[in-house]
Amino acid sequence: MACTTDKPLSLATSVDQVALEARAKSLTTRSIKTTSKRAALHLSIRCMDLTTLEGADTPGKVASLCQKAIRPDPTNLAVPPVAAVCVYPEMVDYAVAATAGTGVKVASVAGAFPSGLSRLSVRLDDISDAVARGAHEIDIVLNRSAFLTGDYNLVMDEVAAAKEACGDAHLKVILETGELGGYDQIRRASMLSMAAGADFIKTSTGKIPKASTLPVVLCMAEAIRDHAEATGEIIGLKAAGGIRTAKQAWHYLVVIGETLGTDWLTPDLFRLGASSLLNDVLQQLGKLDTGRYSGPDYVTVD
Amino acid sequence: MTTEKFDLDYAPALESTAVVNIAKQYGLFVNGEFVKARGGKTFATINPATEAHLADVAEASKADVNKAVKAARHAYETYWRDMPGKQRARYLYRIARQLQERAREFAVLETLDGGKPITESRDFDLPQAAAHFFYHAGWADKLDYAFPGRKVTSHGVVGQITPWNFPMMMAAWKLAPALATGNTVVFKPAETTPLTALLLAEVLQDVDLPPGVVNIVTGAGATGQALVDHPDVDKLAFTGSTGVGKMIQRAAAARRLPLTLELGGKAAHIVFDDAAIDQAVEGVVKGIFFNQGHVCCAGSRLLVQESIAEMFIEKLKRRVDLLRVGNPLDKNTDVGAINSAAQLGRIADLVDAGVNEGAEIYQPDCTLNKKGFWFAPTIFTGVQQSHRIAQEEIFGPVLSVQTFRTADEALQKANNTPFGLSAGVWTEKGSKILWMADRLNAGVVWANTYNQFDPASPFGGYKESGFGREGGMQGLSAYVRTDTGGRS
Repeated sequence: MACTTDKPLSLATSVDQVALEARAKSLTTRSIKTTSKRAALHLSIRCMDLTTLEGADTPGKVASLCQKAIRPDPTNLAVPPVAAVCVYPEMVDYAVAATAGTGVKVASVAGAFPSGLSRLSVRLDDISDAVARGAHEIDIVLNRSAFLTGDYNLVMDEVAAAKEACGDAHLKVILETGELGGYDQIRRASMLSMAAGADFIKTSTGKIPKASTLPVVLCMAEAIRDHAEATGEIIGLKAAGGIRTAKQAWHYLVVIGETLGTDWLTPDLFRLGASSLLNDVLQQLGKLDTGRYSGPDYVTVD
Repeated sequence: MTTEKFDLDYAPALESTAVVNIAKQYGLFVNGEFVKARGGKTFATINPATEAHLADVAEASKADVNKAVKAARHAYETYWRDMPGKQRARYLYRIARQLQERAREFAVLETLDGGKPITESRDFDLPQAAAHFFYHAGWADKLDYAFPGRKVTSHGVVGQITPWNFPMMMAAWKLAPALATGNTVVFKPAETTPLTALLLAEVLQDVDLPPGVVNIVTGAGATGQALVDHPDVDKLAFTGSTGVGKMIQRAAAARRLPLTLELGGKAAHIVFDDAAIDQAVEGVVKGIFFNQGHVCCAGSRLLVQESIAEMFIEKLKRRVDLLRVGNPLDKNTDVGAINSAAQLGRIADLVDAGVNEGAEIYQPDCTLNKKGFWFAPTIFTGVQQSHRIAQEEIFGPVLSVQTFRTADEALQKANNTPFGLSAGVWTEKGSKILWMADRLNAGVVWANTYNQFDPASPFGGYKESGFGREGGMQGLSAYVRTDTGGRS
């Protein structure tokens, strides 16, 4: 299971904060209009992980979420389903049942989400359990405790173990970028996770205030690009937390498209994790058709 | 299910031109009024992106320039010289606020007349122009503090000539300090981009600037020559090509006229192997393709450390492939039109020279419009120090890439041109930045960034890039005399 740390660390070159943030900001000036806007709105739905991660989640809540995921707008069947629903392991059975045969995947957080601070065997059991329940995708958290103490071998070994526990399920590694302390570290954590076997790297748990931002995603996208260049491996990216408006969503699409290329603009390689984004996207689609942004009671609250 | 694909061919997002009202004909702005040129001579100004005719503009003759200088002299003696600084400041503040209020109108006109992308005129040129007026308005009543212990006076009538690359911003760089310090002005904008200066004249009328304090004479070389040779001009300021700058310096030297020159450049980006690579790539791209490379301080040479050269050049090419060349009014355009047919010819000549001298050319696959003046973003690799494209200013979207082994070699190559305007250093090591900045023969050195401007920060060059500074107290000092002991 041991991974050599030489290669990923050699790719973990420094990142200039000011210039990175300026570049991200300049990409937000892309003006997305008419046909591009409609395509962007549809794509953001197709790439969405519709999420509920609350202690209060119940089978009923999950059923409601799944229905929304399968058919986001009952009045307009041209609106595509989302990529996946994202739930806690205990909710996976209900989500699997509700989405069976629809093409909507089930993603489960696992591995002592959101801190990751449990014994490794417990975390691996958590992953295996979610996979056994039928989850197609597993979102684990990076061991920030090990990362911040510089124990990169441990970080990588744990990701590799999680990947093995996933079996055929896709592994997304949440870096929790808001806790890493800067873009240099975000790039380093990205490189380590990718080298250790992550299929996706993901920004945030959504459980702390500092969630996904455009510069963070740009930084991770540049890491993915350099990893692909060095190894030939194509890794996906998931932005999650704090994404609430359609405009934010297409800013992410622009950043991904202009950094990694349009090959990455598919649900296989890009995801937007969100709980409240979908309704704004639906209302923006409605505005394209009618010229009016409808009120909150014209979209369903799930 | 969805059928439309989201890709990077963004749907057109055109800025509306309804906000500008271009007259058929423009006169000269002399003594607060628009007047015809003597003999009614005019020249056409066109949109370089479409070659569409925009307006006919009066061409000032020697006699017209004389009238303008007389008006400026009269205004100097009657209103402006003895007006308290606080009161002059009010006019400058008013101009600044008007520029902000009418920013969109100015930005669209700048793009129509000059060919630069609307995002640049909107987000860079106009905010910078307004900022310069605001900044210098603040100095107008504080000159005693700017030059402590010395009594300062104004020069009198200042002749100013500006280029076509940043018409409004250059007008602000020139006019604001001259007016703040109590000078009156005869101002000549470039002949390919006169319209925003003439719109500025309207603003000057609207803010009730006393007649003759600013006079705007439009025309080409002969008009400029008449201004430079006029015996009643007390100071000259020129921004433009090194060739014209030398002619002006000869004329000024003969009359011992105070002069500031901001001329060409051949700036080098120096990228060390410990730089933040992706951000350096971005900075290099912005540094040369900003405003189609029509920038005196454009980073037109890239010196990259040999150990990372191959990777860096690959990244550079991939980034350049993404540049969107096209309609300057489209908000998603990155690279607009070349300013004029003549400039396009000069760029093409030097690029031919680069190919003939053996450098390897790279241009992204982009379709250029048939109408208008266009040049694809160009990267030359394998450039040697003796190539013309490593020595001469191209003033277009063309980057010459060279490599170096050590900091000493980078320094030597960076300094080894007749110019000395600006440079960019890219490294994560602060001590290396300081070591380079100390030794680079350039008026401005940017570290891990490029093309950053602020009215408080002096800008200007060494060697054939000119002398004198614009911005900050250093820029202000070019417009005052400290040698009169209080007597004018």
